[in-house]
Amino acid sequence: MAIKKDKVDVVMVGLGWTGAIMGMELTEAGLNVLALERGDMRDTNTDTPYPKAVDELKYSVRGALFQDLSRETVTIRYGVADVAVPYRQHGSFLLGDGVGGAGFHWNGMMYRNLPEELEMRSHHEQKYGKKFIPEDMTIQDHGVTYKELEPFYDFSEKVMAVSGKAGNLNGKIVAGGNPLEGARSDEFPTKPLTYQYSASLVEKAMRDVGYHPYPAPAANASEPYTNPYGVRIGPCNYCGFCENYGCYMYSKASPQTTILPVLLKRKNFEVRTKAQVIKVNLDASGKRATGVTYIDAQGREVEQPADLVLLTAFQTHNVRLLLLSGIGKPYDPVTGEGVVGKNFAYQYNGGINVVMPKGTQFNPFIGTGAGGVGMDDLNADQFDHGPLGFIGGASIRHVRYGGRPIKQAGTMPGEKVPNWGSEWKGSVQDAYQRTLTIGISGSVMAYRDCYLSLDPTYKDANGQPLLRMTLNWKENEGKMLTHIGNEMEKVGQAMNPEKVVKAIRKTGSSWDTRVYQSTHLTGGAIMGTTPKNSVVNKYLQSWDVPNVFVYGASAFPQNMGYNPTGLVTALAYHSAKAIREQYLKNPGPLVQA
Amino acid sequence: MSQDKEPRRRFLRQVLAIVPAASTLGGATAVAVSQPAIADSSEPGKPRAYTPTYFNAAEWAFINAAVDHLIPSDQYGAGALETGVPEFIDRQMETPYGAGKLWYMQGPFHPDSVPELGYQLSLVPRDIYRQGIAACNDWCVKNLGKVFAELDRAKQLDVLKQMEGGKIHFETVPAKTFFNFMLGNTKEGYFADPMYGGNQKMGGWKMVGFPGARADYLDWVDQYNVKYPYGPVSILGEKG
Ligand SMILES: Cc1cc2nc3c(=O)[nH]c(=O)nc-3n(C[C@H](O)[C@H](O)[C@H](O)COP(=O)(O)OP(=O)(O)OC[C@H]3O[C@@H](n4cnc5c(N)ncnc54)[C@H](O)[C@@H]3O)c2cc1C
Ligand code: SF4
Repeated sequence: MAIKKDKVDVVMVGLGWTGAIMGMELTEAGLNVLALERGDMRDTNTDTPYPKAVDELKYSVRGALFQDLSRETVTIRYGVADVAVPYRQHGSFLLGDGVGGAGFHWNGMMYRNLPEELEMRSHHEQKYGKKFIPEDMTIQDHGVTYKELEPFYDFSEKVMAVSGKAGNLNGKIVAGGNPLEGARSDEFPTKPLTYQYSASLVEKAMRDVGYHPYPAPAANASEPYTNPYGVRIGPCNYCGFCENYGCYMYSKASPQTTILPVLLKRKNFEVRTKAQVIKVNLDASGKRATGVTYIDAQGREVEQPADLVLLTAFQTHNVRLLLLSGIGKPYDPVTGEGVVGKNFAYQYNGGINVVMPKGTQFNPFIGTGAGGVGMDDLNADQFDHGPLGFIGGASIRHVRYGGRPIKQAGTMPGEKVPNWGSEWKGSVQDAYQRTLTIGISGSVMAYRDCYLSLDPTYKDANGQPLLRMTLNWKENEGKMLTHIGNEMEKVGQAMNPEKVVKAIRKTGSSWDTRVYQSTHLTGGAIMGTTPKNSVVNKYLQSWDVPNVFVYGASAFPQNMGYNPTGLVTALAYHSAKAIREQYLKNPGPLVQA
Repeated sequence: MSQDKEPRRRFLRQVLAIVPAASTLGGATAVAVSQPAIADSSEPGKPRAYTPTYFNAAEWAFINAAVDHLIPSDQYGAGALETGVPEFIDRQMETPYGAGKLWYMQGPFHPDSVPELGYQLSLVPRDIYRQGIAACNDWCVKNLGKVFAELDRAKQLDVLKQMEGGKIHFETVPAKTFFNFMLGNTKEGYFADPMYGGNQKMGGWKMVGFPGARADYLDWVDQYNVKYPYGPVSILGEKG
C-alpha cells in the first residue's frame, strides 16, 4: 500500500524557475507549499564552486546537470505515420534536473515578447487578411496581452538582476536600447554588460546596414545588485562557462542565486528531493485534483494530498503528466480534436559566420551566457511579411559564450577541412581567434501534425510511457530563415571581413536531433480563451481541473523568436497574482468557460 | 588595479591561488600558483607513464597508433600521444559514460533509422572499442597481412580514412560509428582538463590558445584586439 503523507495546501511538481517563483508567491500568501523535485538538491557553493565549476568535459560534454536520460527520455518522429525512436543521448535540447532545473544551467537570455506575438492570429488576420495564415497552421492568441503582462515582466527582470538598456520607456523611445520593444515601465535593473571586441564590431555593422542594435538583455548581472527579495547578486566576470554550468560567481540568475536563499528558509515551505511525481490524483468526478503520487528515493510510492497542484516540471514533463493523469482530452492530429499535446513547437536556428582578417584577436574565451548585441528588425512582425509569404521572424544576436575548446573550437567556416589530422589542427588554430557567429533564433509556428503524445512502446525507469514528440521543419520556417539569412549576410559583409559564410539550413531538411539547438520547446498544454482551443486559461489554470495550474513554455500556443523564460516567468507571476487575489477567496475557475 | 575590483580579486585568490589577470596591458603580475597536484615525471614530448586498465595490450597498441593520426604532433602544437589521449580514453572506459550508463539504452533498437534521429545502437562505448578494434585488426590481417598497429603509417592512414568514409564493413559494429567514437573521445582527451588524463601539460589548450580554468576576464573584456598574455591553468592548479 502506498504511503500517505499529511495534506498540504499546495504541492508543486519540480523546483526550477517556475517552482521557485510560485513557491515564493504562495508562501508569501501564507500557504503551506511543498515542492517535490525528482533530482538532487543543488547549490552554488556545494555543487559548482570555482574551479570545479569550469569543467567542460563534466558539464557540457557528459552533461552532469542534465536530465538522466538512462532513466527517462522522450521519443521522436517526424511524421504522424512514423515509428518514433528514443532520444538516447543529449543533443538537440538539454533538459534540466535537480533543484534549479534548467534554470541552473541556462544562459540567461531574458527577453520580453513583442506585443504582437501574444496576439499572433488576430494580429496577422487583421493586418494581412484571414487567408494569409495557411490552413494547417494552428497558431492562436495567448489570451493575455503584453500590457497585462508588463508589470510581471518588469518584476521578473528585477528578481533576476537583468542587465540591459531600455529602448522604450513608457512609450518614449530612448537612445541606447531596443526601439522596437514593447513599452516598459522601468529601466533594466543593471546596466548592460560590456561588449567584447566581436560584439562591438557586430554592433557597428548592424547600425551601418540600417538596423537597430541594442545590448542583449542578460540575466548575467553586470554590477552588484540586491533584488526585491533582498538577495545580493554579484557582477559577472565574463568567465565563459555559463551555458550548461552553474555560475560560481553567483552572477547568472538561477533559482539558487535569486530566490531560494529566501524561500528555503521559510517555515511554510518544504522541498523533498528525489521525489519523482508519476501522476496527479483526481477524485471520482475527475474534476478535482486530490494531490499527487510520487516515487521516493527508496522507490516507494507515496501519496501526497494537496488542495492545489502546480505543474512546474518544464514543458515536456508538464504535458506528459497531464497525459499520464488523464487531465483533459489528448489531442488527435487526424480529427483535430482534443487539446493536450496540441501545438508542440520548437525553434529554428541559423547563423552567419564571419571570418575577420588574420591577426584579429577576439579572445573568444571571454564570454557570457547572454551578453552581447541583438536586433529585432527582423523579428515577429517588425517587417512587412505581405510580399514574403511566411509568418514569423527571429531575434538576432551575437553572444560570445566562451571559447571552450571541446565544443567551441571549430575549423575555418566554409572550407572543406578534414575532421582530423594536421590540416584539422591548423584550421582550428587559425579559426579560433578570428571567427564570430551572428545567431538567428527563429520562431516556429504551430501545425496540425506537430504534437505530443504518449509513446506506445518505450517506458521510463518506473515503467511509465515516455513522451513522444512528432515534429519536423516546415516550409514556412524554411522561407523565414532563408530570408533572414540573406539579410544578415549584409551585416557580415559590412564588417570588412575576409569572408562571410552562411550557416542556414536548407528548406526541406529534417530536424537534426543530434546537434544542440536550444531547449526552447513549447506548447502541448497551451493557453487560450476557451476549453476548446486550449488546456489552460490566461492564468494557466486547467479548464478541466481548476485546482491544477500548469506553468512553463507548455503554455505557448506557438514558438517565438525569443528565448522563452521571460514569458514563462511573467506568466507565472501573472498567475500567482490571480491565485492570491481571486482564487484563494473563491477556489474555482478564474475564467468562466 | 582599481579599488572596486580588489575584493573580487581577493575572493578569487582565496578560492584558488590563480594568477590574476592584470588590469593593465602587459603588466603581468607574478603571483605564486599552487603546484600541480599530479606529479610529473615525463620527459618532454612524451606522456607520463601509464598502464591501461580497460584495454588489453593489443587494444592499447591500436589506440596509440590510431590517435597519433587523429591528432599528430606537428608545427601547430602537441599531438594526442604526447598529451596522453590514450590514457584519457582508457580512463573514460571506467566511467558511467564508458559503460553507457548516461544513455537511454532500452530496446527495441532501430539502428537503421535516419542519422538525424541520433544514436540508435545497443552498443555502449566499451563494446564499441572492444568490438571495433578486434574487427579492424581482423580486417587489416585479412587484407593487409598485419594488425593495424604494425602497418606502416601510410597504410594506417588509409584504413582510418576508409573507416571514416564507411568504406570498410565490420559485422559487429559499423566501422564509421567506431571511428567517430574514437575521434570524438580523442578530441575530448586533447581538450579536456588534464585531471582526466589527457591534455597533459595543457598541450591541447596551448595549441588553440585557450587559458583553461582561468575563467575570470572582467579586466579583459574591453581590451579590443589585444593578445591575452597568460598561459593556461588547470583545475588542479597546474600552470602552463
Ligand atoms: C542549456 C540551456 C540554456 C538555456 N538558455 C536559456 C536562455 O538563455 N534564455 C531563456 O529564456 N531560456 C533558456 N533556457 C530555457 C530555460 O532554462 C527554461 O525556460 C526554464 O528553466 C523553464 O523553467 P521551468 O520551471 O518550466 O522548468 P525547469 O527550470 O527545467 O524546472 C523543472 C524542474 O522540474 C523537475 N521535474 C520534472 N519532472 C518532474 C517530476 N515528474 N517529478 C518531480 N520533479 C520533476 C525537473 O527536475 C526540474 O528541476 C535554456 C535551457 C537550457 C537547458
Ligand atoms: S559568464 Fe558571468 S554569469 Fe555566466 S557563469 Fe560566468 S560569471 Fe556567471
